[in-house]
Amino acid sequence: MWSLLKIELFKVFKRPRTYIAFIAVWAIVTLIQVAIYVDGAKYMDFVLKDVKDNFDVIGNPLNGYFVCFIILQTLLIHVPLLVALVSADMIAGEANMGTLRLLITKPISRTKLLLSKFLASAIYALILLIWIAILGLFVSMLVFGTDGLMNAKSYEIIILNGNDIFWRYICAFGFAAIALITVASLGFFFSIFAENSLGPIVATMSVIIVFTILTTLDIPLFQSVKHLFFTSHMIGWKGFFEMKLDADGVSIPGTIRNLPAVLKSAGILTLHIVLFTGAAIFIFKRKDVLS
Amino acid sequence: MESIIKVTHLTKVFKEVTAVNDLSFTVQQGDVYGFLGQNGAGKSTTIRMLLTLITPTEGEIEIFGYNLLRHRKEILQNTGAVIERPDLYKYLTAYETLELFAKMSGIRVSRQSLMEQLELVGLAQRAGSKVRTYSQGMKQRLGLAVALVHNPQLIILDEPTNGLDPQGIADIRNLILMLSQKLQKTVLVSSHLLSEIEQIANRMLIIDRGSKLVEGTVSELFSPDDTVIYIETADNNAAAQLLRSGEYSSSIITTEASGIELKLRKDQIPALTRLLVERKIDILGISARHSLEDYFLKITTANQHVEPFKN
Repeated sequence: MWSLLKIELFKVFKRPRTYIAFIAVWAIVTLIQVAIYVDGAKYMDFVLKDVKDNFDVIGNPLNGYFVCFIILQTLLIHVPLLVALVSADMIAGEANMGTLRLLITKPISRTKLLLSKFLASAIYALILLIWIAILGLFVSMLVFGTDGLMNAKSYEIIILNGNDIFWRYICAFGFAAIALITVASLGFFFSIFAENSLGPIVATMSVIIVFTILTTLDIPLFQSVKHLFFTSHMIGWKGFFEMKLDADGVSIPGTIRNLPAVLKSAGILTLHIVLFTGAAIFIFKRKDVLS
Repeated sequence: MESIIKVTHLTKVFKEVTAVNDLSFTVQQGDVYGFLGQNGAGKSTTIRMLLTLITPTEGEIEIFGYNLLRHRKEILQNTGAVIERPDLYKYLTAYETLELFAKMSGIRVSRQSLMEQLELVGLAQRAGSKVRTYSQGMKQRLGLAVALVHNPQLIILDEPTNGLDPQGIADIRNLILMLSQKLQKTVLVSSHLLSEIEQIANRMLIIDRGSKLVEGTVSELFSPDDTVIYIETADNNAAAQLLRSGEYSSSIITTEASGIELKLRKDQIPALTRLLVERKIDILGISARHSLEDYFLKITTANQHVEPFKN
């Protein structure tokens, strides 16, 4: 299995297409960082315009943690597309090239073949996330320095101390990894039905877009079922940036306000990964390969 | 002799289309087994079932004496295949391609051994070139190297000369003969061209619409008595008159202004040419055609919608 996985990773990273995502992430992150570096003060004025009269802002709110938060909010909507580019191509791309039939005539089981391909696409998603972390978090910390993080929500502003943030980012990236692997497994599932990768990529993105719209719309019909949509749980990483409150309503550093909800979201996403991958293996094992 | 492939009552139905219908045949060890049929006859579907790409609707396949579905891994460890087009990873080099498929076959192969495989198919000089720069013939030869990389006993080739130029066809033919005669491999090769199969196969099966039409050794099917020749001379009228008056009178099939068609044994051809030369009738050309070809065309075109053109 390890040998098969190495072969799949070798193929993934030999393809020029794989590097599009890394270049795209670098371009987006750099653009955001440059924009904030050049015009960040105005941006902060805009963010703080409603609270400036009542609060004194001490320290450097425009620090690396804050920049990384903005980057994550922007990127984690678009990164699924980049993940789908590779995961949805895993089987369909082989069928399109005509190499799938050659792979199946080799003395390896279809289950092992599919698992190695899925793991390769999951590893690709993880490496992409590490790339985002390097550029979005570490480069931002280097360029903008570190201080407390202001998490402005519609009904409250959460202030996190500088020494209470880094571990939250580690957890958030861990959660984002599960979310991206869910997208990878969905793309992978669609991939077994097609003979070119365009269809599965479009199908994956369509599902994400439609479910995201249904999640955000307050239509009674969908209220009772939207907690089952995996897209409802993909933004669960934000939960790591909220703290518990004591009896006086004061935030308690080092805590997560609703850890069970975050863990439940992670569990539901993991269940989707198992479901999509299991269904892909079940169907593919019985499929006639005619490509 | 040991049976390498034993197919019994094999049937494959796609929705309402029966692609292979109750097909049975046996490939013996050391055979170059020609699998012949027109396009759409069911050759590729049968081959895909032999390679577990497609699941049979009915019937049984035994390879090396084992049931294919129960002993898939063991059988495929000892089987190499090229299926239709030689599709490979265009972004890899020939060497990387071969190394990758060797690993997938579960074997460790040294660099020297891989280069020897590439040498065998005449690609050692281009080992470092990306597959996308290869011609169709080179890709087909690399496909063959991939099929051979794990040193299998059985090689299955589905239309290996499709899309190749005459030189490419000759290269593949020579490779197949070398595999059989020098490396003692058992080869099953499919084609829709009788001329291709007859040059390399010792046994053959002809199928049409998924069913077996005829099976046997090539020498059995190509009876020397059934050779048909077409002879063109400088004076076809004089030649026809001469042949009608002698021992060849019963052999003449047709006489035309452009030439004469005769049915005779191969060993009669030298005497015939000598006779014409002695009577000072210049021979412009002789072409031989086996009656099996007529038979093949007759039985496999019986259901075509377009009648053969006759001048």
